[in-house]
Amino acid sequence: MDPTSERENSSGQLGETRHRSAVALHINGTPRTLTLDHRTTVLDALREHLGLTGAKKGCDHGQCGACTVIVDGRRANSCLLLAVAHDGARITTVEGLADGDRLHPVQEAFLARDALQCGYCTPGQICSAVGMLGEAADGFPSHVTEDGGDGSAPARLTAPEIRERMSGNLCRCGAYPRIVEAIEDVAS
Amino acid sequence: MKPFGYLRARTTDEAVSAMTRHPGAVFLGGGTNLIDLMKLGVATPDLLVDVRGLPLDQVADTSDGGLRIGATVRNSDLAAHHAVRTRYPALSQALLSGASGQLRNTATTGGNLLQRTRCPYFQDISKPCNKRVPGIGCPAREGTHRDLAVIGHSEACVATHPSDMAVALAALDATVQLYGPDGERSVPVTDFHRLPGDTPDRDTVIRPGELITEVLLPPRPEGAVSVYRKARDRASYAFALASVAAVVTARDGRIEHAALAFGGLAHRPWRARAAEEILRGAATTDDTFTRAVDAELAAARPLRDNAFKVELARSLAVDALAALTTRN
Repeated sequence: MDPTSERENSSGQLGETRHRSAVALHINGTPRTLTLDHRTTVLDALREHLGLTGAKKGCDHGQCGACTVIVDGRRANSCLLLAVAHDGARITTVEGLADGDRLHPVQEAFLARDALQCGYCTPGQICSAVGMLGEAADGFPSHVTEDGGDGSAPARLTAPEIRERMSGNLCRCGAYPRIVEAIEDVAS
Repeated sequence: MKPFGYLRARTTDEAVSAMTRHPGAVFLGGGTNLIDLMKLGVATPDLLVDVRGLPLDQVADTSDGGLRIGATVRNSDLAAHHAVRTRYPALSQALLSGASGQLRNTATTGGNLLQRTRCPYFQDISKPCNKRVPGIGCPAREGTHRDLAVIGHSEACVATHPSDMAVALAALDATVQLYGPDGERSVPVTDFHRLPGDTPDRDTVIRPGELITEVLLPPRPEGAVSVYRKARDRASYAFALASVAAVVTARDGRIEHAALAFGGLAHRPWRARAAEEILRGAATTDDTFTRAVDAELAAARPLRDNAFKVELARSLAVDALAALTTRN
């Protein structure tokens, strides 16, 4: 492209040609503003720029769920979210779930059920479980939900429902049975 | 990853005009496939035009009793939508059988249609792939192709389209609404994705700069029931080895209307017109279903290691048709 027209075209839309932007994120209730390379994912912003290393980098391709955080009320794989595309978003990480010294009920249940071994997937499992409980309360169906529902009532979280809804979080230690039990405790 | 510019489009015109100014620009929806492909070096855009801020995030009834689905509606919201669950259950089931809760919360309707194949050679830039670089060659035909196409493939490409949602939309006769530099146009979902032929680099008939704005579902035919069935290597969170969406209207033991589409078998959702021809007016018996499905799958040309997918598709389709017609 002709460099002159490039300048003219981008005059009002700097983001089209520059590779960094200021990004405001509300992390666990605290507003943070960062100037980030557009390639920075939400996961890298959390871990490398904000020192919040709870969310883990497992596969970095959206396949393992270790990076799961809650974005504007919904669980998501933070490794696949560009920070620049989430300017203004409210993000909850595992560090933001507790109320002071009082752990979140899902965190308590994971402790009570010993729902982990190495712990690497645990922050993602816990954030995913918190998001999933909210989805079920909102009546979201899953692949194993019996037909006939229309979303007007909360989904009942049986063990098969929990396993299906948590299938985006892998645990290489195989702590799945205890993870399901922990979530059942909170759901009931 | 190559550095890139970023533009949050406020209007569809702004989105489309940014694409015409920058030949290296691509639209960003949820990004669950695109950002992964950028990490892998498969996608190398100069500019991302973020369309999630556009007013395309609603699901609404149309005046004729159909449904209008905005391009940025998230997969999880669409699957949970009351009208989709009650009137188009195959679509809800297809969405819920794909990806994970996290990914469905992020992925959009338009992005789901435009996602690229998960063929391992396409996703690995150290290997040749005609879909990435036309003419460079395809190792999949002789290499790892257990998950790949059994029907409609070409010498150049044996990739499959990975979407579950698109398979349900194909059986439901949905239409894709596009807006581009030359204005609006509509394309049936069944014509939206292409067969690979000699140009496997083009997944769809979308033109440069064109944006998917919405997907339209026609009204559900009276008495029609629908279902989506999927076979995969794991019970959850895996792409289809084979899948089927079926929409059937039957009365007094006869099929009045049937629409059938397969997923996981081809470069596009495979609408089974030959099977539908046999089903129409026929008795709702296993014999009819088997004859119809076999007539369709007679065109299959499986590769060395994926003939099992034809049998999987056959069983899924016969079972789906039987389940839909015994319910009546």
